[in-house]
Amino acid sequence: MNNDFILVLVVITALSFDFTNGFHDTGNAMATSIATGALPPRIAVALSGVLNLVGAFLSFTVAATIASGLVDSSIVTLTVVFAGLVGGILWNLATWYLGIPSSSSHALIGGVIGATLAASGGHAVFWHDLAQKVIIPALLSPIIAGGIAALGTYLVYRTTRSIGKKARSHGFRIGQIGSASMVSLAHGTNDAQKTMGVITLALIAHGTLSSGAKAPYWVIVTCALAISLGTYIGGWRVIRTLGKGLVEIESPQGMAAESSSAATILLASHFGYSLSTTHVATGSILGSGVGRQGAQVRWSVAGRMATAWVITLPASGAVGALAYYATNGIGGSAGVMIIFAVLVAAAVGFYLASRKTKVDHRNVNAEWTGSVAPSETGWAAVAAA
Amino acid sequence: MNSWIDLHALWKIVVIGILAGAGLPVLFAVGLRALSARPRLAAVGSDNRPVTDDQLYGGNPAGLTVAVVCFAVVLAAIGWGIYSIVSSS
Repeated sequence: MNNDFILVLVVITALSFDFTNGFHDTGNAMATSIATGALPPRIAVALSGVLNLVGAFLSFTVAATIASGLVDSSIVTLTVVFAGLVGGILWNLATWYLGIPSSSSHALIGGVIGATLAASGGHAVFWHDLAQKVIIPALLSPIIAGGIAALGTYLVYRTTRSIGKKARSHGFRIGQIGSASMVSLAHGTNDAQKTMGVITLALIAHGTLSSGAKAPYWVIVTCALAISLGTYIGGWRVIRTLGKGLVEIESPQGMAAESSSAATILLASHFGYSLSTTHVATGSILGSGVGRQGAQVRWSVAGRMATAWVITLPASGAVGALAYYATNGIGGSAGVMIIFAVLVAAAVGFYLASRKTKVDHRNVNAEWTGSVAPSETGWAAVAAA
Repeated sequence: MNSWIDLHALWKIVVIGILAGAGLPVLFAVGLRALSARPRLAAVGSDNRPVTDDQLYGGNPAGLTVAVVCFAVVLAAIGWGIYSIVSSS
């Protein structure tokens, strides 16, 4: 009975993570379309939300990787899964507040591994698989996506030299609607699966499912809904950094970047790699800046992101481990309840803090002045527009 | 085969990634260029001449055909991609 109660809290926490995953990653699909004006901000996030929902039902290869591939599921307890999720959510909220497009997948994986380490030590983690399926793809994917985007951008600009600027921009804005839709769909096939994998892990730990089982249908549906809703809420802070902060972007670049992201994510999903859609999207956007002559690329912003990527796994792992010690230290359902309350309080705190320097659909495209929150002049420009 | 990197999957991701991720937008660009070809100059085969008027025409039959083919191929490739992902899981 006790265990059932914990399971319910774990599932709620997992769905909350999925929700943060959604709004943290809206920018991966829609940032460039919003920045170039291909789609109005609120239409963009709605479209992305719906396509994430659809995408979540298309492929289940990645869910299997998370559920059975990274940690020894036979010794994982509900408390471990719970603590791991807490690590992932807190890291996601912190990076969202700072407007850093860090990887939600790494936050989740880091959290679960940190909690597993705290609970049963290094032997419960499949280190080789972790390197092979998570770390190496994380290093390679932004480079591959960036290369494809740079090549695409270069060729697209060469091909369309003869078209007038206005006509070209118009044509590619239409194309961007298609390519951004594909990224959203791809995001659903990849990221929604990760939470399905974690809930499956929890169900295995609880004993409802046997080891190696696939995600039940209700898990698929609720995860799809949670990520879709999160996407619709729109992580405007991250959208702004990706769309305005990294590269000064035009619609042909946007389409090239999105096509590269969509292709890379879908192919990786197909082969069961749970790569980070964030890394791919960022790599593509950078690549599109490199591919167009004279485009401004803000390498300092890119550098800040790369730093965040490197510390995502260990940082969320540390939070996950701490959450495990705290939960286990208090013990039983009381421990889970107290840490759950702490998590809710922290989420509210981040939300309130974010309201002080609010970024939403109205000022998301304001001129980049070196920070996530548009400066006063940025606001003035929005008000004047 | 390498135990750290699945080279077999990697080269497929790179090659198909380039074809789909860079190839399709380029094909789309070719379609746009064909679409923007000027109607009257088409008869003498100078579709590639810079257009001074800043808009997409679609008035040139040859250009229009090329454009339609390009856009159809792009759509078909996307459809095939989605199909292969759905059917493989």
